[in-house]
Amino acid sequence: MKYMMFVCTDTEPDTDKTNPPDIEAWVADNDARGRRLDGDALAPTSAATTVRVRNGELLVSDGPFTETKEVIVGYDVLECADLDEAIEIARAHPMAREGRLELRPFGDLDG
Amino acid sequence: MSDSHPAATAAAVAAACTDYYPRIVAALIRVTGDWTLAEDCAQDALTVALEKWPADGVPGNPGGWLMTVARNRAVDVLRRASVERRKLEELAAVTFVASSPDPGRGEVVDDRLRLIFTCCHPALTLEARVALTLRTICGVATADIAHALLVTESTMTRRLTRAKAKIAQAGIPYRVPQGTELDERLPGVLAVLYLLFTRGYDADGEPAFADEAIRLARLLERLMPGQSEVSGLLALFLFQHSRRDARRDPGGNLTTLDKQDRSRWDHDAIAEGLNILAGIQREGGPYTLQARIAACHAVAPSSDTTDWATIARSYDDLARIQPSPVIELNRAVAHGYAHGPAAGLALLQAARAGGALDEHPLAVAAEADLTAHAGESGRAATLFRQAAALAHSEPERRALLDRADELDI
Repeated sequence: MKYMMFVCTDTEPDTDKTNPPDIEAWVADNDARGRRLDGDALAPTSAATTVRVRNGELLVSDGPFTETKEVIVGYDVLECADLDEAIEIARAHPMAREGRLELRPFGDLDG
Repeated sequence: MSDSHPAATAAAVAAACTDYYPRIVAALIRVTGDWTLAEDCAQDALTVALEKWPADGVPGNPGGWLMTVARNRAVDVLRRASVERRKLEELAAVTFVASSPDPGRGEVVDDRLRLIFTCCHPALTLEARVALTLRTICGVATADIAHALLVTESTMTRRLTRAKAKIAQAGIPYRVPQGTELDERLPGVLAVLYLLFTRGYDADGEPAFADEAIRLARLLERLMPGQSEVSGLLALFLFQHSRRDARRDPGGNLTTLDKQDRSRWDHDAIAEGLNILAGIQREGGPYTLQARIAACHAVAPSSDTTDWATIARSYDDLARIQPSPVIELNRAVAHGYAHGPAAGLALLQAARAGGALDEHPLAVAAEADLTAHAGESGRAATLFRQAAALAHSEPERRALLDRADELDI
């Protein structure tokens, strides 16, 4: 199964600083095993632009700037046997401690 | 075996529901991956049995009979939906054997165990886990689950549908975790069982849920020998359940342990619990420790002759491995009974220091009880009335007011 893993910040990071995971090693390991298909960091939300069309009119605006401090800062596309494997991969990501990870299976719009 | 007596047949069908339903559901889910299909076909098979067995007699191999009927239904449905032939062939090969190789691992696992771990997966909400467990493993009707959990039937139907859709869409696997993953996931499964038990045991709960929880704990213990916490949980259930008939006075009010008529405790259940505890070699986790505490109460002829020192030590261990304000509260009470009210009140003060037990009726009741034991009746009565004002339920409130009244005499 293919999962989109959103890498997010969290206002309450882990306080345990022992043995911090290494992002380079995480990427190398999962790439080598064919479990990470793609992934990257995103620029801050201050660089984001919102696009909408309403009644035929294009609306472009700066942002979004939400009140929340919990924002998406990156993503990885995972290929896993099942959710348990995706959870195992996610738990080893440094941001599992520094922030939080959201696992979303790719949807089938026909299903 | 041929028994056409209606009562005997009804009993046989009832037994078939509890024993065979989860195995049939589990086997069909394993092969088809379709939870609703599996439940519907298993339910259909039981309905057919209810029609046929009174006339034809209960077959010699009821499980095999039900499996065949359920499997043929599933084959019919899937054939109409024209699923791939491979799945139909696999389904045709399903027989009444509860164990099957774990996909991708080669180990042989009981299908029901796989079903339990899937129903209790942490990616589902706790409410969904409890509902799925009741529906899919225990075979409880959706309407009955809804009634017991105080939601409408349509809400419960939606909750179950959403949970099954999440299992399929999110890729929650149908397997029993192994190694360290099992150690991480087992407590979550036991927590569902514990919640089920307390929902059955609570003053306004559904009593049948306590029986279901005990049945599931027995099943888990059989399927996972050597998991001491499973045994500990079963023993704990048995000790608590042994007091079910003595927990209320003739007026229906809850009765505290020290006032219960101990001859009304279920001594067979206590003996079974003690036997299970004796088989646990290791020190054990939180459930085993709680079971050891419950065992001290279960074997004591009276509150005064209870081995409070052992209970206090077990609470020390429990507070170390699973610290919580409520455990600190119980620990304080145990030390108060073992080593005098002053020792208990000092620990209680420490437990309440952070404010975690503010407005907690049992914390005030514990202070009242220890104060009464210290001989300060007037102050204790006032505290019992304060606790009663905070009580969550009417029976609890009445019991606390009774304690206050006794001290005033």
